[in-house]
Formats: sequence, structure tokens, C-alpha cells
Amino acid sequence: MNAHLPVLQVILPLLGAPLCMLTRSARLNWLITIAVSWSGFVISLLLAQQVWVNGPITYNMGGWVAPWGITYHIDALNAFVLIIVTMIAALVAPYARRSIQKEIDRHRQAVFYALLLLCQAGLLGIVITGDAFNMYVFLELSSLSSYALIAMGKRRRGLTAAFQYLIMGTIGATFILIGIGLLYNLTGTLNILDLAEQLNKHHLIATGNRTLITAFAFLTVGLSLKLALFPLHLWLPNAYSYAPSVVTIFLAATATKVAVYMLLRFCFTILGHGALFQMTLGKIILLPSLCAIFIGSIVAIFQYDIKRMLAYSSIAQIGYMTLGITMATPLGLTAGILHLFNHALMKGLLFMTMGAVIYRVDSVYLSDFRGLGKRMPWTMAAFVIGGLSLMGVPLTAGFISKWYLVKSALECGWWPVAGLILIGSLLAVIYVWRVVETAYFNPDHELEQRSCEAPLSLLLPMWILVIANIYFGINSDLPLSMAARAANLLLGVGV
Amino acid sequence: MHDHLILRIIAKMFIPFILLFALYVQFHGDYGPGGGFQAGVIFASALILYTLIFGLETAMRVVSPTALRILAASGVLIYGGTGVLCMLRGGNFLEYSMLAATPLAGQHLGIFLIELGVGTTVFAVMVMLFYGFSGRKDPSS
Repeated sequence: MNAHLPVLQVILPLLGAPLCMLTRSARLNWLITIAVSWSGFVISLLLAQQVWVNGPITYNMGGWVAPWGITYHIDALNAFVLIIVTMIAALVAPYARRSIQKEIDRHRQAVFYALLLLCQAGLLGIVITGDAFNMYVFLELSSLSSYALIAMGKRRRGLTAAFQYLIMGTIGATFILIGIGLLYNLTGTLNILDLAEQLNKHHLIATGNRTLITAFAFLTVGLSLKLALFPLHLWLPNAYSYAPSVVTIFLAATATKVAVYMLLRFCFTILGHGALFQMTLGKIILLPSLCAIFIGSIVAIFQYDIKRMLAYSSIAQIGYMTLGITMATPLGLTAGILHLFNHALMKGLLFMTMGAVIYRVDSVYLSDFRGLGKRMPWTMAAFVIGGLSLMGVPLTAGFISKWYLVKSALECGWWPVAGLILIGSLLAVIYVWRVVETAYFNPDHELEQRSCEAPLSLLLPMWILVIANIYFGINSDLPLSMAARAANLLLGVGV
Repeated sequence: MHDHLILRIIAKMFIPFILLFALYVQFHGDYGPGGGFQAGVIFASALILYTLIFGLETAMRVVSPTALRILAASGVLIYGGTGVLCMLRGGNFLEYSMLAATPLAGQHLGIFLIELGVGTTVFAVMVMLFYGFSGRKDPSS
């Protein structure tokens, strides 16, 4: 069965979804989701272990070999991203039941799980596949299901948010498809490794072929829309703040990371090892990344809806990831890729605390946090630790990726950029502190006195993430070495 | 719609042929133009015509929304199940050659099952979408 792990990674959630459609019992569907998500996590760990020991794995769909058939190709980079996605899915699954009971209409609960699994299958498919068009198909699968998931939010504005995301997401996906189409027109192949080889063989990169430039212009803009890079981020705050909590946790921790992964794949694996990227696209993306860090953080400070505040903070954090990528040095890429993992840990955690607050208090407005430090001690303690990780305080996971980011900026001689990263962290201190101050130091809410600690099924996944945030802040060898290996692979140095 | 005699008679005459043509496109798809997607759409169009002539409630008695749900899900399961069956018989996912004694027969059987799955799901989802839109209350009333 070991040989089939790559395909099982995707088809388990893909077949779990129709199974969920067949039953009307929310409880049964929850059990299916748990089984699928946990086995997915185990599979991703086994795959990573195989890649670590034996090098890249290739799986031919239907037995058709590489440039003709669709292949799944797993190397150090996507093995790492697979772990991120499945880990979050595995933690969200047990969390989902109580949170969904509270937030979703009864008759929609069963379908909700089917959509969640479809979204999971799409994201895993994007990451695992070695075929550019297949990647697009999975991108649509995950996007379409996430539009529907966001629209299921209790507030009616979820519908507008989902529609906005639908329009922006479709424009992004279309641009990506045009980019892929142009690449196909140029090379006659869709296999990612073969694409890189063909481009190299025909000297298309060196001669600055115009179709190639156009293709990458479309791809970069489309992917920037999907990963919510600064001027193209407008869909994200609404989508995250009006979606059901479970959806926000899952999408915030995985969807944008997967888009960043796609950017890495196209810009490094296909364009070849980064030298060209650094000269062209890297320079273009640098400014939006810095703007994202600044403007995202500053706008976050002025938000009163805390879920929305965290969404803006996500935009800033995405800026850190793309900033690391634009450096295109081993250290910078390592920092960027590591931040994929660490950001999934901290944003997953922070949005889980929001879900718990919604579960008890029914609102995440700043004023409703008054007295929560006393009434929901475990949840708010988790929020504080997640916040510390977000700022990049030593001994938390966030510190490690910020540290490497600053280090690599200094290595490149980008002194102002290093300074800006530190100021970005200070801005994070401000917006996290607003919540902490309100929760712990402001007088209790006049009306709301009854809410108590969230149920165990919400607290447990939350605290697993708290421990992960602290553990990977103290002992970061494991994610760091995986990220470093992925970075070296992308840059083609000393694999 | 009870007074539209010509429409009713013509629809009744045509619907069996539309269904038959859908089945032809479905099962002939591996030799000629066609396949599961097209067949599913044609099959659905027959039911949509029926709904237009005889009304939503009558159509829902023919194919209920619950049945559509089950059909939509089982189509995907047929597709995925065929792939898994190939794996169980020692091939890769969707490696149809493993399904029968000879690779040729296997490929034939494989594509037949896959297209059946596609056709089922496309039919169900098409009708579901149509029911979804036509079932909405008129906002002016």
C-alpha cells in the first residue's frame, strides 16, 4: 500500500465528500471527516519520511508515464506543505462538530462536511500534483467549495463576501489558466518538470521570449490574487470575517499557503532556480510585500471586529512570506517557507480562539471581550500565546521565522527592509495588545456575565496548537531543516 | 399548462427520443464523439423540458431532490471506486488495464465505468441546479 500513498492522500477526502452527501446524519459525517483528516495527516507524514530518506516520489496516474500522463510528484517542498495542510485539517476536524452545531443551520450541517472535505481534497491536490493543468483543476475544486463554505456563515453578509471572493477568485483562476495555456502553447507540455526542461532546452528563458513573459505576467497576477498579496487582497478580510469559524480557521491556515506554494513552483521550478526570478518578478513583488506588511498591520490596528483584525494581520503575514521569497537566497527562501508552517500554527490557533469566543459570546467585537480573561481563561491564554507568536517574541514559533527573515535581509544587505520587518512586528504588538488589554484589564461587560469556558472539544485542538507554537519556537530543527531542504531544492543548490 | 395541447403532445413524443439519444451518446462515447458529460446534459435536458411543460411539482415526483442527491454522490463514487478497484487489482489509480483479463478489455471496461459515473453526476447536478433556480419563490408575489 505504501506505493499508493500519494494518490490516497487526495482520493480519501475526495471520496469522503460524496459519502457525506449520501447520509443526512451530521454526526456520521463528522466521523467520516475525522477519519479522513487523521488518516490524511498520517499519510502526509509517511510521505515526508519517504521523501526525506529516498528522495522525490513520482506516482503515475493510470499507469501513464511522465510527460504524457498526469503524475504526482512529491519532493521536499510539497511534502512540507502537505504536512501543513493535513495537520490543520486534522486539528480542525474534532473542533468542527461543536462549532458547526452552533453556527450552521441544522439541515445544512451534513452538506457542510462534504464541502469541507472537497476543499481539503482540492488543496491537497494542488500541492501534490506534478501537472500544471491538473493544478488548475484542483485550484477550482478548492475555490468553488470554499465560496460555498464562506456563504454558509450565519450573518447574511457572508453571502456578499462569498460573492466578492467568487468574482475575484475567478478572475485570479482565469489568469492562472491563461498563463498555463500560454506555457502549453510555448512548450507543448503540461508536466511541471518537463515544462522546466523544455523551456531550458529551447533557450526560451535566456532569450526573453515574449510569450513566456506574458505567461508569467498572467500567472503572477493570478496567483497574487489567490494568495491575497497587498493590492489584490480586498476579498480576504470580508471572506475571513463572515465565514463560519471552522472555515476561517481552515482557509486562513491553508488556502493562502497553498497559493504561495504555487507561486514558488511556477517561479522557481519552472523558471529555474531563482536567478531570473530575482532579477524580474522578485523585484516587482518586493514592494507589494513591504506594503502588505505595513498597511495590513496598520489597518489591523483600527479594526473593532477582531476576526477582521486577524484577517488584516494575515495579509501582513503573507507579506512576510513573499518578502522571504523575493530575496531568492537560500536563507530568505527558508524563512519564507518556514513562515508558511509557523503562520499556519499561529493563525490556526488565533482563529480557533475566535471560534471559541463566538461559541460562548456570539460576537467578536472588541467591546465584547471585556472580562473574558476571567470568564474564559483557557481561551484567552491561548490567544495571548498565539498573539506573542504573531509578534515574534522569542520562545514562540513566530520568532524563528522572523529571525531568519531579518537575518537573510541583512545577508542581502537590505538594511531598510530588516528595519521594516522589525517595525511590522511592533505594529503587531499594538493590535494584539488592544485585545489583551480589553480582555484582562477592562471592567467586566455590563450585560454579558454568564458565558463560561468553551467546551473541551474546542479547547483541546486549540491547546495542541499552543503547545506546537511553543515547541517549535524552542526546538525548531524539524520544520527548519525541512524548509531549508525545500529552499535548496528550489534554488538547485547542494540537494 | 393544461391547455397547451400541442406543447404537451410534442413534449411527450420527444422526451423518450431525447432520453434514448442521451443513452446513445453515453454508451457510444468510447467509439465516437460523446461521453458522460454530454450524455448527462442531454439526459437532464429531457427532464428540464418535462419540468417546463408539466410543472416543477410533477417533475419532482418523477425524480425527487433526494434521489438527485444520491445520484450526484454515487456518480463520483463510481468514478473513484473504479480507480480504487484498479489499485486493489494491483495497478495504479485509474489504471484500467488491470480491470479485466486483457489490457484492451480492461481499458474498455474502465472508460465505460468512468463515463457512467460522470454521466450520472452531471445529470443529477444539472437537474439539481434547475430545481434550485426554478424552486425559488417569485420575489414579487
